[in-house]
Formats: sequence, structure tokens, C-alpha cells
Amino acid sequence: MIRYIALFLLLWPVLASAQNEEIVADLSQRRVSITTNFTGSEILIFGAVKRSTAIVASDPLDVIITVAGPDESFVVRKMDRIAGIWVNAAQQEIDSAPSFYSVMSTAPLEDILSDTEDLRYRISKERVIRAVDGGAGAAAPEFTEALIRIRESEDIYQLNEGEVSFFDGTLFRAQVALPANLTEGDYETTIYLVRNKSVVARHKTTIAVSKVGLERFLYNLAHNQPLIYGIMSLFIAIAAGWLASAAFRLLRN
Amino acid sequence: MQIYLPIAEVSVNAFVLLGMGGLVGVLSGMFGVGGGFLMTPLLFFIGIPPAVAVATEANQIVASSFSGVLAHLRRKSVDLKMGVVLLIGGLIGAAIGVVIFNYLRSLGQVDLLVRLCYVVFLGVVGSLMFVESLNALRRSKNPAATPKRRKHGLIHALPFKMRFRVSGLYISVIPPVIVGIVVGILAAIMGVGGGFILVPAMIYLLGMPTKVVIGTSLFQIIFVTGFTTLLHATTNYTVDVVLAVLLLIGGVVGAQVGTIIGARMKAEQLRILLAGMVLLVCGKLALDLLIMPAELYSIGAGAGH
Repeated sequence: MIRYIALFLLLWPVLASAQNEEIVADLSQRRVSITTNFTGSEILIFGAVKRSTAIVASDPLDVIITVAGPDESFVVRKMDRIAGIWVNAAQQEIDSAPSFYSVMSTAPLEDILSDTEDLRYRISKERVIRAVDGGAGAAAPEFTEALIRIRESEDIYQLNEGEVSFFDGTLFRAQVALPANLTEGDYETTIYLVRNKSVVARHKTTIAVSKVGLERFLYNLAHNQPLIYGIMSLFIAIAAGWLASAAFRLLRN
Repeated sequence: MQIYLPIAEVSVNAFVLLGMGGLVGVLSGMFGVGGGFLMTPLLFFIGIPPAVAVATEANQIVASSFSGVLAHLRRKSVDLKMGVVLLIGGLIGAAIGVVIFNYLRSLGQVDLLVRLCYVVFLGVVGSLMFVESLNALRRSKNPAATPKRRKHGLIHALPFKMRFRVSGLYISVIPPVIVGIVVGILAAIMGVGGGFILVPAMIYLLGMPTKVVIGTSLFQIIFVTGFTTLLHATTNYTVDVVLAVLLLIGGVVGAQVGTIIGARMKAEQLRILLAGMVLLVCGKLALDLLIMPAELYSIGAGAGH
């Protein structure tokens, strides 16, 4: 036993040096403010690999960057033809899936990441979605596939393989396009350093997305003071109706 | 110019909304309907979530019908007593409608119900109006035919009779209350004022004179849609005031333009055009139900949302 510990202690610096690659990274902006004229936002993610030993040329590094919006639960429904018309029939609850998800990498994911590592870190879109197995486990994949397909077509799930620029195995840079219809919350940004299909280092940071100004005020009012908000909406409607009527009477006279 | 809607949480082009409001406003000014039956499907089409579209549309109708009722009050063509009776039914109906709406939303069938309601009611009202106005056109060419006398049917045998002086009616309060309830339910579920159902019901079922029908219908619609707006705002938080304001600016201006166009056309021609439009929207919605959709799956908010 003592021999093993001694061996471990002897080898420790060697083992440690193999993993001694750290990520230093930053974002072009850490806050995204949703204002009334918000049309989406481009965020630059950049950084470098910090290491204490020389680069091992034989084992190239790769970079994967994920940006995930706050988790939400969904129900995915499938339409079926009943009595000649198309209605929602089967449905599957999706326990949690990010409201926005973007994966960027230096190379195709399957070439640089093993399935087990994907499972552990939940990197690919298929892994990040968790479905509730409501007894009908067999039906689950087609519903999660549909969820991914629909959200990809809306550009809120993005897969950009090869979009991360990586220079000399040290400097990396990528750009993520946040769409205009964002939900509020913390957008978790994770940078993975991958070698030989396994993750060697990880760095997490967040982009805070929040409504500001009028958007913030109206959203809060609608949720915290719904009655006042409702009365305000009615008041605006009544005032506009009266204004239109009065204005046109003036115009005619 | 893109505008981010705080409640719908989507970004839309403000000019598209103004244009849509204006277009529907012109039509509603021409035909004297709220235009909700056109606006709600249009809102679905540009990607507003159905729940937000229905609730916000109710709010917009408050504005357009208030603007209309002011004009009718000046002309004294509003039967306030009949309006209040219809309203009592309408408020009960709206409350029932919101409950049905929320229940079906949890089942994921709201979309289907709204579409079916549209197809059935637009189809029935459109065809009736089309046939009626064709007959009217034919009659106007052949003035020899005499108008039929009003029949005394089942409606006059019911209890709780009441005198409605402006309408010149002495009938039971039961039929107006029931009409009110039905319209209230539809207003809550479909996001419409229900004018396109209320107006024919008042003319053909209650036998009210046409000149007080529009004003009275608008009067009751203000309160029913106002109540619906409040219910949706407090139970579902789905009224988007930014969306409503954009729609009603376009709508209010369009309505005035439409009134001017409408004044230059014959009543029968107007009714045939409206019937044709109603049938067109109905046909489009019916086709959507019958033809296999391109994407079979849809995403809804989960229970824990």
C-alpha cells in the first residue's frame, strides 16, 4: 500500500504536467440588455491556453464552446389525422431543455469528442435535452429529434462545427449570434479543451441576458401586478378609442 | 423597425403590425365588424404565440369598439337596456370561456378548438350572409316583392318579459342572455368581439331593428372584451400591451378610412364582399385542418413553466 502511495507521489508531477493546461478566456460583453429595439446580439468569445510546459505537437488540441440559455420544460406534441382532420395526438414531456443552445468547435464533434465524454459533460444537443420517460420510452427519441429540428430551423439551436478559430494551439476565438427572440436569464458559456477525444480542461462563464427599461417595467408589472397591468391596458385602449373618435370629429368639422 | 414585445418575447417588425392593424381597420370600418376574426389568424401567422394573440386581440377590440360606440351614442342608436341584458350573459360567458381556454391549453388542444370555432362560425355566418345579401340584391332589382312580416314564434312564449324601448321590443330576457353567454364564450376562446355572430343574432333571433344593432353590439363588446382582457391578464399574463398599442394605432386610423370607403358603396354590395371575405378566411383555415401539415410536431410550454 505504502509502495503505491510512494509511486503515486513520485509520478504526481508528471501526471499533473500532462493536465497542466488552463483556459484563460473572456467575452466581448457579459451583459445583454433586451431593449425595445433589440434585434439580437453578436458576442465574441476569445481566449488562450495557458500552459507551463511546451506544446506536445503529436497530440493536437481542439476547442469546443457551448452557450446554453436557461433551462425550460416543454411539451412536444405530434399531430395525427383523427376523423379526417389534423389534431394534436401523442405528446411527450421534455423535462428540461435550454431555451437557446449553440455549439461551436474547431472540427466536427464526432471527430474530436468521444460518446462517453459527451455523456459526462452533456455537450451535444442530443445530450443536453432531458426527456421524461413517461412509460413510453420508445417514443422519446422522435420527440427530442423533432424539438431539435424545429429549434434548429428557428436558429435557436445552432451547431457550428469548424467555427472556432484556433491559432498555434494557443489562441482561440469564436462568435455566437444570439437571436432577437431571447428569453431572460443566465446564458452559461463553457469552453472545453479536448485532446484525444477527451476533455482536458474546462472554463465556465455566464452572459447575463435581461430586459431593461420599458421592457423590464412592463414584464414585471404584468407578472407582479396583473390587475393593475390589465386595467392599464384597458385604459390605454379606451383612451386611444376616444382619441381617434375625437380627432376624426375635429377633422370632419 | 424591429420591436421586441415584452410579453410575447418575440421581435417583430413594427411596420408590419401597423400595416396589419390598418388593413383590418379599413375592413372593420367598411363592414362594421371588430375585425378580430381576421386579426387573430394574422397574428398566429407572423409568429405571435396563440395565447398572447388571443388575449391581446381582446384588448385591441376594446379600443376599436369604444371608438365606434361613441359615434353611435351621439346618434342615439344604442339600446342601453338591451346592451346591459346582453352584457350580463356576456360576462358569464367570458368567465366560462376563459376556464375552457385554460383547460384546453393544458391538454394542448387550444389550437384545434380555436381553429374549429373559426371554421364553423365563419362558415355558417359567411354562407348565411352571402345568401341573404344575394336575395337582397335580387329584391332591389325587383321591387314588386313585399318584405315578409315578422313571425311570432317560440321566443315570444318565454317568461320574464321586458320592454326594450329603443329597440321597440317586448320580449323575454332569456334569449338575449343566452345570446350574450354564447358570444362571451367565443370572445374568450377566439379572441374576437363576437360582432359577426352578435349582429346576425340580434337581427334574426331577437328581431331588433338594424339601425340600433351595430351600436348595441359594440356597447356590449367593449365590456365583454374588456372583462376578457382582465381575465387573461390576471390568470395567464398573456396581454402584450406593446403589441396592442401598435395594432390599435393602425386599426383606429384604418377604421376611419374604411368608414369613408364604406359610405360610398351599396349596403348589399358591402355585405356580399364581407361574406366573401369571411368565407375566404374560413376556407383557408379549413384547408389547414384537412391538409397534412409540413411539420407534424409542435412545441408548447411545459407544466413547470
